[in-house]
Amino acid sequence: MAQILVPTPLRKFTNNLSKVEVNGGTIVENLKDLAVQFPDLEKYLFSGDEIKGYVKIFLGDNDIDSLNGADTEVNTSDIISIIPAIAGGKN
Amino acid sequence: MVKTKIMLSKKELLRYHRHLIIPEFGKVGQEKLKQAKVLVIGSGGLGAPMLQYLAAAGVGTIGIVDFDVIEDSNLQRQVLFTTADIGRPKAEVAKDRLLAQNPYINVIVHNTYIDSSNALDIIKDYDLVADGTDNFPTRYLVNDACVILGKTNVYASIFRFEGQASVFNELLPDGTRGPNFRDLFPTPPPPGLVPSCAEGGVIGVLPGILGSIQANEVIKVISGVGDTLCGRLFIFDAADFSTRVLNIKKNEKSPAITELIDYKMFCGIPNGKVVNDKVQEISVEQLKAWLDERRDIQIIDVREPAEYELVNINAELIPKSEFEKHVDKIRKDAEVVLHCRSGIRSADVIEVLQDRYGYTNLYNLEGGILAWADKIDTSMITY
Repeated sequence: MAQILVPTPLRKFTNNLSKVEVNGGTIVENLKDLAVQFPDLEKYLFSGDEIKGYVKIFLGDNDIDSLNGADTEVNTSDIISIIPAIAGGKN
Repeated sequence: MVKTKIMLSKKELLRYHRHLIIPEFGKVGQEKLKQAKVLVIGSGGLGAPMLQYLAAAGVGTIGIVDFDVIEDSNLQRQVLFTTADIGRPKAEVAKDRLLAQNPYINVIVHNTYIDSSNALDIIKDYDLVADGTDNFPTRYLVNDACVILGKTNVYASIFRFEGQASVFNELLPDGTRGPNFRDLFPTPPPPGLVPSCAEGGVIGVLPGILGSIQANEVIKVISGVGDTLCGRLFIFDAADFSTRVLNIKKNEKSPAITELIDYKMFCGIPNGKVVNDKVQEISVEQLKAWLDERRDIQIIDVREPAEYELVNINAELIPKSEFEKHVDKIRKDAEVVLHCRSGIRSADVIEVLQDRYGYTNLYNLEGGILAWADKIDTSMITY
């Protein structure tokens, strides 16, 4: 099973888990599995079947946009990271 | 443009001795620092430690952009300031402290709100920018202005125990520029998805760590020593002490940045107000009127208990973190007003109550308890 690292702002949807094991052959399949395990994440990660534009996904150290996007193949030993934009201080 | 050679005085040579004896840095590196003009945008959690190290290191000209005044709740992390400074402008106090620390530098204060109307004018005279701002619209603004003006943007950002840092738009040996913030995050997250530190908190040491990393990257960019974070995103989780460095590439599909735009609109916050079409809002004046006429309403505060203890308007406390366990306490037979600090968390709660539990009688208090303190009870403390 691949592992997804969940960033702090999204842990409210994963019972505060920072790492979740997921199944799937591609990035999008793994993210879909994450959303099945934690349904509240669905609307933040997906518009229909598309990964939302503001959701940045890295496979290992690399942005999936520099690989094969949502269809990038994932091996069971891989680590997938969701990287949020964070701004700090005020509203 | 040929710059006049900067000479270091004997006193400066003595002061910067520990830099001068680093073989790859040396006197040349120190002279580059003295010649440099660095603009630090935001003198808060990130900006304060960054400014202290840049001043100590001998950056010749430091500009500070900040329009805020020092508040009590800043002092848990902004170690440049003291209790006696509360109420004074951050940029002015910072200037005094930095000049006391190092009289051989020049500090320029921009005690103003930076926006699309003045950003290019403020930034154009500096060699590079360090972004220590605290909101998405200003981060996109600073990025775009740096891209338009061809300035390097040294970036850091923090939330709770997690920090990020990078060097954007740096000039590469082949004459092109490295990736910028929009290559990493082309579009901002919807308002409310990522809470601010004011809503979600931040551990006080974290901005000290990330601000120091920013200062180090600024010094590396200026001196040319070492490999900067250009093309890389550093991520630090202070809770489990994990660090990662991810690769960032230029996104060839990104539209060219040629002019500044309305960044609040871009981030879904027109007129400074977060838009959530699904939530009805009520002003603090209207709520006051309802209370004065003794209307049968329920008022719920969704902040955390420590915030409630600090200041409240006698509402029922049902924190957002556990409200779904207490839905039975939320009335359906009367108008219910929910509030938080500024109106973001309570809007989130209302959306869930409407979508999941069928409520149709809920109102979000516009501007939260901050608006109440501003317009109804000015004796209340704010945080």
